Amino acid sequence: MTRKTTDRTGAGSATPGAKSAGPQAARGAGISRRTMLKGAAALAGVASGSGAVTGFPTIWAQNPITLRQFGTGVSNLNAIAEKCKADLGITLQMTALDSDAVSQRVVTQPNSFDIADIEYWICKKVFAAGTLQPMDVSKIKYYDQIVPIFTTGKLTPESTIAQGTAPNTVGFVEGPDSKTFASAPTQWMTLIPTIYNADTLGIRPDLVGRPIKNWKDILDPAFKGKTSILNIPSIGIMDAAMICESAGLIKYADKGNMTKKEIDFTIDFLIKTKKDGQFRAFWKTFDESVNLMASGEVVIQSMWSPAVAAVRSKGIPCVYQPLEEGYRAWGGGLGMAKHLKGAQLDAAYEYINWYLSGWVGAYLNRQGYYSAVLSTAEKNMTPDEWAFWMLGKPAKADILSPEGKVMYTAGAIRDGGSFQERMGAVACWNSVMDEDRYMVRRWNEFIAA
Amino acid sequence: MTLSRLAPRLAPYLQAMPLTLILAAFLVLPIATIVMVSFWDYDSIRIFPAFVFTNYQETITSPVTWSTYINTLKYTVIVWALTLVIGFWVAYYLAFHIRTATTQMVLFLICTIPFLTSNIIRMISWIPFLGRNGLLNQTMMSLGIIHQPLEFLLFSDFAVVLAMVHLYTLFMVTPIFNTLMRIDRSLIEAARDAGASAFQILTNVIIPLAKPGIAIGSIFVVTLVMGDFITVRFMSGGQSASVGLMMANQIALLQYPAAAANAVILLILVLLLVGGILRIVNIRKEL
Repeated sequence: MTRKTTDRTGAGSATPGAKSAGPQAARGAGISRRTMLKGAAALAGVASGSGAVTGFPTIWAQNPITLRQFGTGVSNLNAIAEKCKADLGITLQMTALDSDAVSQRVVTQPNSFDIADIEYWICKKVFAAGTLQPMDVSKIKYYDQIVPIFTTGKLTPESTIAQGTAPNTVGFVEGPDSKTFASAPTQWMTLIPTIYNADTLGIRPDLVGRPIKNWKDILDPAFKGKTSILNIPSIGIMDAAMICESAGLIKYADKGNMTKKEIDFTIDFLIKTKKDGQFRAFWKTFDESVNLMASGEVVIQSMWSPAVAAVRSKGIPCVYQPLEEGYRAWGGGLGMAKHLKGAQLDAAYEYINWYLSGWVGAYLNRQGYYSAVLSTAEKNMTPDEWAFWMLGKPAKADILSPEGKVMYTAGAIRDGGSFQERMGAVACWNSVMDEDRYMVRRWNEFIAA
Repeated sequence: MTLSRLAPRLAPYLQAMPLTLILAAFLVLPIATIVMVSFWDYDSIRIFPAFVFTNYQETITSPVTWSTYINTLKYTVIVWALTLVIGFWVAYYLAFHIRTATTQMVLFLICTIPFLTSNIIRMISWIPFLGRNGLLNQTMMSLGIIHQPLEFLLFSDFAVVLAMVHLYTLFMVTPIFNTLMRIDRSLIEAARDAGASAFQILTNVIIPLAKPGIAIGSIFVVTLVMGDFITVRFMSGGQSASVGLMMANQIALLQYPAAAANAVILLILVLLLVGGILRIVNIRKEL
């Protein structure tokens, strides 16, 4: 340091500079040493892991593996990550995004994730981008027990496949490198279903003042300025279609894939309804829908089932009202990133097998969703829980949420009844239309009107 | 020899270099990219390099665009006028009615206290206040002033403008306060000695001298309101549109080229507005 001061340039300022360089350099070295050690450990883990994966279950704790999963908030639950770490030793890094952001990430940042938790209609949109790889069903342990909605498309052999992007239509591709969806189940599955549900309108029974039976009831002049629908174009248009059809205004060939004329009709009707002041607001996020309902700003609106539970947990009555025309269903699944290979790919399969093995299924069922493999989930639930959530029976004891909060008191019955009654009454699935671009333009017009 | 003559000439370029590089990398390059992408083509999942005008054509020919731009301009004009009046008022009080510099600074800092929280939180906190069963409606109903809750308070243009004025007034206060503080007090004394009334002093002396501050504040407010999307979305409950919201919707649906075309049009419009303001007022005069 003293030598430094003799430098020609270092008249005044060099000395403090040189002084501070010492500890800084040391700190810098410390960081790089640590990160290097970490990196080396991870590399060693991958190297030894790739050879070791033969049996089941592999304990990944010795070979630290991290899977980066992102998806919509509904199934990106920290509890699942914790349990996964405990059972498999795989660290799950969860990122929750909205469905638009999810589709963007899948397409534009293929290396930023390992597992994509996406919805089936998003899959229809993004799979062709080639950033996901289909899964070999022979490696999926519970493949045979997956609810047939996701394989053949029929809940029971007699049921008809609902309109829209039904999961079975985008659930399989022709081969491991194919991007075209297969019409019947093949060995290559695009998404492993995780979570699905049937959506309907939520109501405030204390404020509507009359029984609600149809989708068209949202148009009742009595509820002027007290209704809402959701402002996610691809889903909102479906709710609007259910409403229009219920009101007898139009009959759609396929609500999930409208023609330009049908889109025009629907949007024109929405604009007219909006100008008449029927809607109070349009919501985009879960919290917004909860707040609208809980604050009494709206009394009947499009809603998601956990939002209904959230309103109810505040002590405010809220019912997820089954309607005559049926439900609008949605489903999500786990997709694997194209770049996964070796140990990470094996870990991903293992994670998916674990996902279907029951604990997660029970967890999701207890939240009011449905899980893909019911037989394993049943083993992880009490008979009373199973009867309440899946069979539509009155609860014998208080029904608790996965976090242990009372969701329903003894004697309560689930809105809409049993699994068969609800999933068997699906009128259409969330979808992406061929005329998507046109529909979005018109939807923007509706919001701007 | 040549080097020694070149060095002094190079020095100013070297001095300007860091800013040039930063602006080139973080302003010029991104804008150039946006302009480029605005000519690309897209389908529902990806964008292709191309040179098409459809994005501009669809944007300009659509009546939605026009009504959205008009709506955004409406917000801009109303918010600008309100923030100008309130901002000038506050700045005037701080600059001319508070005697000591310490009190002035303390009061000015008090004005900035709301900025210690995120502007989204400041905006959202209006919602429980203004709602149908909100604090305001409940208070007024229990006082017997109204019998029905006022519905226009929330999820309306009123709510949007209210929140924007609340969020952006300080951007008007600061530059105006700054220019008012620089006004030579002897000019005001001279005007008074010459027999000018308080109102004449305000209109003939103070306001003309405060123009640069007003212009800078106006540029802040206009650009902020023109580009806003989150306030419009939350406070209108999705009932109204703004240009920013339209772009956000397009981006959400992966229609980047359409959003880019929209961004270019908005940029041109905002530049024209700012250019207009600068034509009227020479902001460098008082800086």
